[in-house]
Amino acid sequence: MKIAVCVKQVPDTSSKRMNPATKRLDRSGEGALNPFDANAVEEALRLKEAGDDSEVVLVTMGPPSAGDAMRKALAMGADRAVLVSDDAAAGSDALATSRVLAAVLERESPDLVLFGQYAGDSEGAVLWAAVAERLRRPMVSQVAELTVENGAVRGRRQTEFGYDVIRAPLPAVIAVSDAINEPRYPSLKGIMGAKKKPQEVLSVGDLGVDGGQVGESGSATSVLALNDPPPRGESRRVEGDDAAGQVVEYLAEKRLL
Amino acid sequence: MKTLVFLEHHEGELLKPSLGVLSKAASLGGEVAGVMAGSDVEGLAAQAGAYGAGTVYVADDPRLDAPLPQPRVDVLAQVVQAGGFDNVFLAQSILGADIAAGLAARLDAGVNWQLTDVRADGDGITGTQPVLADTVVCEVGWTSTPRIALFRAGALDASETGGQATVEPVQPELQDFSLAAEMLEQAHEESSGPSIEDADIIVAGGRGLGGPEGFAPLEELAKALGGAVAATRAVVDAGWYPYSAQVGQTGKTVAPKLYIGCGISGAIQHKVGMQSSNVIVAINKDPNAPIFEFADLAVVGDVNEIVPKLTELVRARKGA
Repeated sequence: MKIAVCVKQVPDTSSKRMNPATKRLDRSGEGALNPFDANAVEEALRLKEAGDDSEVVLVTMGPPSAGDAMRKALAMGADRAVLVSDDAAAGSDALATSRVLAAVLERESPDLVLFGQYAGDSEGAVLWAAVAERLRRPMVSQVAELTVENGAVRGRRQTEFGYDVIRAPLPAVIAVSDAINEPRYPSLKGIMGAKKKPQEVLSVGDLGVDGGQVGESGSATSVLALNDPPPRGESRRVEGDDAAGQVVEYLAEKRLL
Repeated sequence: MKTLVFLEHHEGELLKPSLGVLSKAASLGGEVAGVMAGSDVEGLAAQAGAYGAGTVYVADDPRLDAPLPQPRVDVLAQVVQAGGFDNVFLAQSILGADIAAGLAARLDAGVNWQLTDVRADGDGITGTQPVLADTVVCEVGWTSTPRIALFRAGALDASETGGQATVEPVQPELQDFSLAAEMLEQAHEESSGPSIEDADIIVAGGRGLGGPEGFAPLEELAKALGGAVAATRAVVDAGWYPYSAQVGQTGKTVAPKLYIGCGISGAIQHKVGMQSSNVIVAINKDPNAPIFEFADLAVVGDVNEIVPKLTELVRARKGA
């Protein structure tokens, strides 16, 4: 079985900021593998370890430095990586990004595509549905338990109302919840070995995608302005022996008692 | 301007966040319609008129019984194309988000998510999107139509205006791949006690309680305050508290007048379920817990000591 895992490099948590000039996320600082994608990588590795000789391929789009995030996932045990890196693709929204990922996935033609549940930077949780639509494949999101048998995936997933169990024939697109597993730490051997694993870097042209279909020109949304959030009111901090008493005073002040 | 609103329903009820989005759409002016997909849902559709839908398109088909997104993309694409809608609004839920993104790819349309508001802007609309854990608020737009928008649950209030909706049946043309996923078991509510969605006051517990026994003092405090008890996913997963009380991305979205988080770190998945609460009080022994960044009152200390004291003081005050 061939498993593709779509991953993303996100800015390091401590340094996330917007660039006021481009109104985009500043991606110049240290980057890291989106933590939610580590769950998808882990699940792919578990499927590989449980079954026949599967291959786990990482797919990402981002600046050339996104190779660092891939290296971590390769060190966890993924077999190889495909990075689409192209200046023309900078500033792509979810619509444009889904075009690029779908083009890579068409080329790779995996049996199973995995996504993490959430992008830690854009706070997006939608890309898999757009990619599944482009690939015309069944899709299940928020999967907290995944099994593959008889050419189908079976996912137990969490919704607002409890647990669904959904079956979908392969090839399929699955977004996993971070409740699905505890991602492993790369071993020293894994880290050393990652450097030798194949990492392919492609331009959008290599994928046969027109430059006008990606980046800002290929996007259908835009950020018009960046504002400060409305003040939430004075945030107060209390501690010490009389903390409970101060909470009651506060609630009384807010007329909540 | 023509706006289509996806109306999500569950176990015979239209969901409040969808009605909030519908009310907002109606406030923008222009033509507003709703769209529903399911099996035996025509009766529900008419209720949407009271919240501002002039027309409700209804795809009533046994193949749409399970709340799966892909066949609903087919239905919405069909209605959008036939009706020439400029905007498609959805409440952001697991189902709503999956439909919105599928529809965006189908129609080559832009989708903005996590919006807390939208306003008419010339011929178009502009959305309000808090980003980076709500530290920056973006104004976002769309460069083509239809404009697809997902609204944060709890951000918009439903208001009844008392109108009537015309129900318009849709014969759904469903794609093979849209019907490939099959619901084997569908989630349903196993509720016990008062619903946290309707409570004015919520006392919520997380991993910091230390164990399932940590919930008993929370129940006492909730009782003293006249509120309900909620829990994070981590503790529900651990079996400390029932799923019906789970608040977060998976679980309920709540917006009470008062939310008291006890031993909750404030992970993003929990935050999205309660960030619209009016007043947030957080009790945590870790002075750097992320929940303190968006709490109105940060209480640094041991929940297991503070909560019983608090209950005592609340009782004394209320009894006085």
